[in-house]
Amino acid sequence: MSAYEKVKLARHPKRPTSKQVIKKLFPDFIELKGDRQFKDDPSIVGGIGSIEGIPVTIIGQEKGVNTKDKIYHNFGMPHPEGYRKAIRLMLQAEKFQRPIISFIDTPGAYPGLGAEARGQAQAIANNLKVMMGLKTTIIVVVLSEGGSGGALAIGVGDLIMMFENSVYAILSPEGFASILYKDSKRAKEAAEIMKITAKDLKELGIIDEIIKEGQGLHIDPEIGISQLKMSLIDALKRLSRKPIRRKLISRYQKFRQIGLYVEGEEDESTN
Amino acid sequence: MNFLDKHKENLKAFSKQTEKSKMVTPVDIPDGVFVKCDRCEASLYEKVMKKNNYVCPVCQNHFRIDVNTRLKMIVDDESFKELDSSLMSTNPLSMPGYEMKILSAVNKTKRKNAFISGAAKIAGIEVAIGVLDSYFMMGSMGSVVGEKVTRLIEFSIKESLPLIIFSASGGARMQEGIFSLMQMAKTTAALNRLDDSKGLFISVLTHPTTGGVAASFASLGDINIAEKSSLIGFAGPRVIKQTIREELPKGFQTAEFQENHGQVDIVVHRQDLKKTLYNILKLHVGDRS
Repeated sequence: MSAYEKVKLARHPKRPTSKQVIKKLFPDFIELKGDRQFKDDPSIVGGIGSIEGIPVTIIGQEKGVNTKDKIYHNFGMPHPEGYRKAIRLMLQAEKFQRPIISFIDTPGAYPGLGAEARGQAQAIANNLKVMMGLKTTIIVVVLSEGGSGGALAIGVGDLIMMFENSVYAILSPEGFASILYKDSKRAKEAAEIMKITAKDLKELGIIDEIIKEGQGLHIDPEIGISQLKMSLIDALKRLSRKPIRRKLISRYQKFRQIGLYVEGEEDESTN
Repeated sequence: MNFLDKHKENLKAFSKQTEKSKMVTPVDIPDGVFVKCDRCEASLYEKVMKKNNYVCPVCQNHFRIDVNTRLKMIVDDESFKELDSSLMSTNPLSMPGYEMKILSAVNKTKRKNAFISGAAKIAGIEVAIGVLDSYFMMGSMGSVVGEKVTRLIEFSIKESLPLIIFSASGGARMQEGIFSLMQMAKTTAALNRLDDSKGLFISVLTHPTTGGVAASFASLGDINIAEKSSLIGFAGPRVIKQTIREELPKGFQTAEFQENHGQVDIVVHRQDLKKTLYNILKLHVGDRS
């Protein structure tokens, strides 16, 4: 399957959204709202629940299921208050020593007047820094579409999983094509070169685990969700045995080592 | 319209005309003697501009400056010792034309990458300092910039030096895809460690600071300084305009806008930057034992 076909699957209207997956995985899920500063941002849902008797904090970007719902959830494009809600709930998880499970599904952070006025850049940056040092387990699951810093802002963790047909990229293929090829219609071509599929990203060491979907979440979500459930339980058990100090070191190393460059002889100082 | 108003109108029209006529270059003037302010369109002597720290004396527009000029303005003479100068980008996605873009940036800037970092002194106080080069592919952050920023932060931790980063960037470097995105996490991870070691980070946001750089280390200073007349924000104005389909309000995403909205601590005129940095630094040195 080509990368662009994966993009189409990741955006398939029948593909379950975060809320639907959360409901299946954590039947006792209680939604907790608001950033305690400005408002509740429905493009990120958060709350508490349990899986196999383990209490966890759950965060998920929500795109919505029908037109009205999509508008309510702003198509999964968070404002700063969404990121601030997420980090508030994550700090709460740290306090109660609950692991965090974070679901990514967003085209990106919302580019608008209010978002800028309330510090979109600062909100994302702050999340990255706080998540890096959070003294509890963080598992990230790329559910469908992971787009840009708006995805990464809830995507720092000890273990990054991706569904087989999800994509994760610096920008949507359309955006990428419009910047680099000056033509958003060349999105298909862009998708093939960008290395955005779970398989590519596993090979590059960006993610840790691929969750199989069977026929695909859009056809039969049960298989993929039960695969995810097994992986989550396994990971939670494994990570709970690892001391937090060691977890933080591995989390740091995981991101510290990402990057490809060449290094030659040191130049003479030019100043 | 009464007589006085009409008179004022005429005066305005007249002065506009004379302003225009001032800009007409009468005889052969060699290139580079005059520069034009892209905001108020005043024609200015390059010599005057240099003396004025490349700030338009008419409208206070701060011109874009290169890394050497920036360092000269900020650090003590002969005090800069560069680190990690040899790092160069690869082409991880095999993007057609990317190598050529890098090479032409190298030719233009005479440097191998877009982030110049090292140790230096500011009025005698030793600091770790880095400057993003907006002449090198718009100061965009790929693996090299991310690695160098991270190394500079680590250097400041190791040497217990205050950290100062001048940002000017269009954001993450698209050509390196997901690797660029992940540099946001990498650089902020290092800042998390700087916090643990109680190190000072002064982030200076200059024109323009947007995208993945604004949404990572540049927004995370203990003190965020915005240089006057800089554009600062997450999404670029063009993207926002396309999304909301209306004109952006006047002054949107300026340094002053960010100050009013609580995102930066101080807006500082270029001529006062060194003094401001020194004044902040002297309240922090000696704090770390």
